[in-house]
This record gives sequence, C-alpha cells and structure tokens, in this order.
Amino acid sequence: MKLSCEVKVHHLTRVEGHGNINISIKNGVVKKAQWEVVETPRFFEAMLVGKHWENAPYICGRICGICSIGHTLASIRAVENAFAITPSTQTANLRLLLKHMETLQSHILHLYFLAAPDFLGTGSVLPLAKTHPLVVQRALRLKLLANDACDLIGGRRLHPTRTIVGGFTMLPEKSELEQIRQRLLASVPDLLASAELFKTFVIPDFIRETEFVSLKGDTDYPFIGGELISTDGVRKKEEEYLAMTNEYCTEGFTSKLSKLSRPSFAVGALARLNNNFTLLHPTAQEISQSLGLAPVNHNPYMSNVAQLVECVQVTLDSVRLIDTLLASPWQEARQPVKAKQGAGVGAVEVPRGILYHYYAFDRQGKVIKADCVIPTSQNHANILHDIEALASQYARIGKQDREIELLAEMLVRAYDPCISCSVH
Amino acid sequence: MSELSYLGVPLVRPKVGFFELSSCEGCQLQLLNNEATLLDFLNLVEIVNFREGMSERADTYDLAFVEGSVTRKDEIARLTEIRKNAKILIALGSCACFGGVNQLKNRFRDLEWVKKEVYGDFPIETMEVHPLKDFVQVDLEIFGCPIKKEEVERIVTDLVLGKTVRHPEYPVCMECKANQNLCLFELGEPCLGPVTRAGCDAWCPNNRRGCWGCRGPAEAANLSQLEKIMRTYGFDSETILDRLECFGGFASFTETIRSPAKKTPTRRKKA
Repeated sequence: MKLSCEVKVHHLTRVEGHGNINISIKNGVVKKAQWEVVETPRFFEAMLVGKHWENAPYICGRICGICSIGHTLASIRAVENAFAITPSTQTANLRLLLKHMETLQSHILHLYFLAAPDFLGTGSVLPLAKTHPLVVQRALRLKLLANDACDLIGGRRLHPTRTIVGGFTMLPEKSELEQIRQRLLASVPDLLASAELFKTFVIPDFIRETEFVSLKGDTDYPFIGGELISTDGVRKKEEEYLAMTNEYCTEGFTSKLSKLSRPSFAVGALARLNNNFTLLHPTAQEISQSLGLAPVNHNPYMSNVAQLVECVQVTLDSVRLIDTLLASPWQEARQPVKAKQGAGVGAVEVPRGILYHYYAFDRQGKVIKADCVIPTSQNHANILHDIEALASQYARIGKQDREIELLAEMLVRAYDPCISCSVH
Repeated sequence: MSELSYLGVPLVRPKVGFFELSSCEGCQLQLLNNEATLLDFLNLVEIVNFREGMSERADTYDLAFVEGSVTRKDEIARLTEIRKNAKILIALGSCACFGGVNQLKNRFRDLEWVKKEVYGDFPIETMEVHPLKDFVQVDLEIFGCPIKKEEVERIVTDLVLGKTVRHPEYPVCMECKANQNLCLFELGEPCLGPVTRAGCDAWCPNNRRGCWGCRGPAEAANLSQLEKIMRTYGFDSETILDRLECFGGFASFTETIRSPAKKTPTRRKKA
C-alpha cells in the first residue's frame, strides 16, 4: 500500500478556464489539498458602469462562451425587474424553450466531450470517434438539435441576437418550431441510449454532506426566476440573493467564493434535482431512479447523472412548450421598454447552477452598479472542500498518484466548472 | 486517418493548437459547435493542443489559434512562448484582434478604480487590455464576436491548401442588402452595418438586430457619413459611441466622437 503521493495539475484540461489541483499526502496524512483558480479577471461589473441599460444584456452575455444564453436571459430579467416589466406569456415560453435548449447542448457537451473520456479511459473525445463512432455520432446529433433550436429562437447559439429587454427582435416560423418538436420527440431514444451508457460507467464512491442551493419551483421544475432554497432549510426571495451568496475573496482564487449555512455549498444540476425532484417529469424521475439518483444525494460525481436526467427533463418539457406556442397565433414579438430609476435582480438556473445578475439604474436608465454572481464561483469553495475530503479518504486507503490525480480531476470536471465565467 | 490530397497533390495535415488568454472561450467552442462538419474538420488537421477539449498536450504546432486578449503580465509570457512554437499565429476572434469587450474597462483610464469596483480592497492583478498584435507578430486575424465557424473552416482549408486568405473589404451593409433584409434604420434600430467589415453574412441584421461592429472597420470605412446617417435617424452620440467602442475595432475613431469631458480610454498604439 502506498501512503504518500504528490499530485500537481497545472491548468486542468477538459474544463472551461484555468484552474490547478495540488495534493500532497505524506505517510497517510494530507499535507495539502488545494483547488486554485488562476484565471485572469475581466471586470464586467466595472465595464457596465455609466452604460445605458440596453448595453447590459448585450455585453453581459459575453461573460460566457457556453452559457451566453443564460447570462443574456438573467441580465434581461434583472433589467425588466428594475423597470417593472412583466414579459408576456409568449415571451416567457419562448425564453424558457431557448433556456432548455442551451441546457441540453451544454449538458451534452459536458457529458460526452468533457466527462465521458475519463470513464472510457481516453484523454479526449477524439479517439472515441474511432473506437465508439455510434456514441460520438449520438452526442453530435443531440448537440446539433439543441444548437439548431437555439439558432432558431435566439438567432444564434452563441451570444444570441434576438433576445432583448421586452421580448425578441423577431419570432421563429411556426413550421420551423414544428420541425424542432419532431426532432425532439425523435431524440428520446438517443437520450435513453445515453442513460444506458452512463449505467455502464463506474461512479466513484465518495460522499460528503453538502448544502445544495437552487431555485425552488412551485409547479414546474424551475429555471427562470422564483424563490431561492437550500437543502439546509434556508429560503429567500430572488431579490435577497446577497443573503444566499455571501461572496468573499481569498488567497489562491482570482474568483470570488460563496458560503451559506456551512463553509461552502453547491449549485448545479445535482442541487436543482435535490431541491425539486418531485417536479421532474415522471419519465425523468424514472430514469433518475434507474441510475441510482434520488434526493438528497451527496455524491458530487452524481452531478453527471443529474445532468443526464435534466437532458430528459428539458427535452420533454420543450415539447410541451412548443405545443403551447403552436396552439395560439403569434402575438407581438416585443413590448415597449420605459427606463426608470431603480434596481433589479434576475436569477436564472443556467447549466452549471443558479446565476444572479443585479443592476441599479439612475433616472436615465444608466447603470450605477452591476453585480453578477456566477454558479462556478459559488461552487469553488465546495470543490476545494471536496478535494480535501477526497484526499483524506484516499490517504487512509492508499492509492497510486495517478489514481488520486484522476479522481480529483474527475471530481472537478463533475462540477462542469466554467472558470472564466467565475472570474468575469 | 486517410491521406489528404488536393488535385492529386498530397497534402500535409497541419498540427494545430488552440490557446486562450482572457476570454469567454466561446470562439474555441464554436468549433465544437459545428456538429454537422466537425468530424470532417478534424480529419483535415491534427489537433495537438486543445486544453478545453483534450488532456494530451504538445509544444510544437504549425498553426496556433489564440483566443482572448492580454490583460495580465503572465499572459505576455504565454503568448510569446506560443509565438515561438508556432509557424503561423492566428488571432481568433475580436478579443484577440482588438481587445474585444474586455477593452471596455480601458475607457475609465483608472485601473485602481476598476479593481476596487469589483474586488474592493482585495489585491488583484490586471493591466490595460491589449490585442495580441501589441506584443507579438500576428500572421492572420479572424474577426468576430463570436467568430463564424464556417469562416474558420474555410480559412483553415485555405491554409492547408496553401491559398491566400482574404477578408472581404466591403461592409456588412452589402451582405445585408444582398439578403434583402429591411434596413434596420427604417425599423428604428441603430446599426454599424455601413462601416463594419463583412464576412459574417450580416449575422445580426438578419435577425433584426443592429450591427455592433464586432468585426472592426471595413476598408475605407466612412465614419463621418455613418454619424450623419445615425443623426438623421435620431440617434445621439452616446448610442453611436456605445456601439463603436464595444469591441475595440473602432478604437482610432471613437476618440473623435467622445466628448473631451468624459473619461476616455488611452490611445492604443498602432501595430
């Protein structure tokens, strides 16, 4: 048995952004177990100061290259809340549909391109194109569907063009929505096959009791706006987000970190599912249980499974949304916007967890103050504490350096971190 | 993988590396977002370095695609190293070409205020935002926020075949007209289509969104005429400036529009 090890991962691969893992175990005792975030900050919150409200969603969508739609929608919601604008039902449904399709494309990207290579023993998805062509083709098919739907509704899959405060610049053709509906229905076998694939993966056995934070749905599995909840029993209103996030800075992180009832908490698919399991579509619940995932689950590696369950959830819910949209004639795409002095918060569940945008405006509708709290920055402290617990669990058992390194890398990847986002 | 050939002449599959400085990494992801042709594209090149997508890394490559702008000293060293290892260095996207949205922080001319606004008293390192060409020789620029993946694939194909890579010299307005869109000015939307370099097929105007100039100026862009059009349609200087300064491509023009009393960015040195 080996009781000492050194793990140094500089710029971890297959995650978005730059982070390092350092673990040092000597004679069965953990000397060091670190998660470092070294990404360069971009200062979006400062950039916006003095800018007219119209700039906020356009610029802030560019915080992230994966969830630009989520950032744009959170930003729009914050502006609309500040100006007391309620989106029409049609706009709300289209936004949720767009959000669902981003969730699907992001989860599939993470599950197949970033996470799966670890479980299949390769360094990337590239060799899988040769060894597992059907798996790669399936992933591409699902991702293409989600991205095509984002193009159709948002105008563009990355940094959307049609999404604006007040609604959309233009609407999709109904016949095109119908085509997406058909493709969504046809994609169900691909999702079921994905579930079968994940059943063959060995999920590492690691449990650390964690507080999970997300939106709380009333009647639907929540994605856009609503109350905030934690598994430790904290409940807050959307506008009280600061009491839920408690950001602070510390050495070793260019990102901010968060805490709530404990020194750290987790957000993301697993948190959403832990807090809203009964609101999942029955089929999604069934698949979740068949994969051994029921609330409250404290194994961070199960985030992968939670993402898979959410792929099923958003696909089935998208069919429902399209049916609703197709059932009535198109209304106006956008409503007029009148700026006013005040502040607003937009909370949106983006693929990696709950995201908040906050803006305060002066009488002309210019930004006085901006604040964005990113899912990955809320997760950083939890990742750090998980790595510490993982290191001490394996320090006792004794593992090879490479095994611990891989488990630590897989742990970080399970959070699907978006590091450049967290250091916006 | 099969041997590549073009008109019967065997071709060398170039070794390609993708790198990112300060950015959203969206331009790299655009390539993975190209599901329909991704596998064909991967067959055309040998990817040897792509941290976001793969664990293997190598330090020699024919083509280096660098996304993002330079915002911290250590990025200058990384960029210099990449330049040393690459035969051809390509600036990928508007952050790399012009500073992108990141350069909006330069307009305050007060980095201490910028740092304090976001981090309070916590010490954080940053510097004025620069495009790649301020520090190293850039062989080719691919414009856009985000880049258009079809354009990247065409450019990479041209590079593999040894063709000259040419960008359109005309503005987005030409493409928009060719697409028979309603003019956005008529719909009451401000638009930089008349002065922005084409190549995106009027991506935003096609979606009834005015152009924000992410691809930088067309050759011989007539800014004073744009200003005149914008004023005719009732847009004030601030609206024009918001768009012109958003991605940094028009940095040399924004100075003349900005009122002297406002906080202004430092003038960028011409590469």
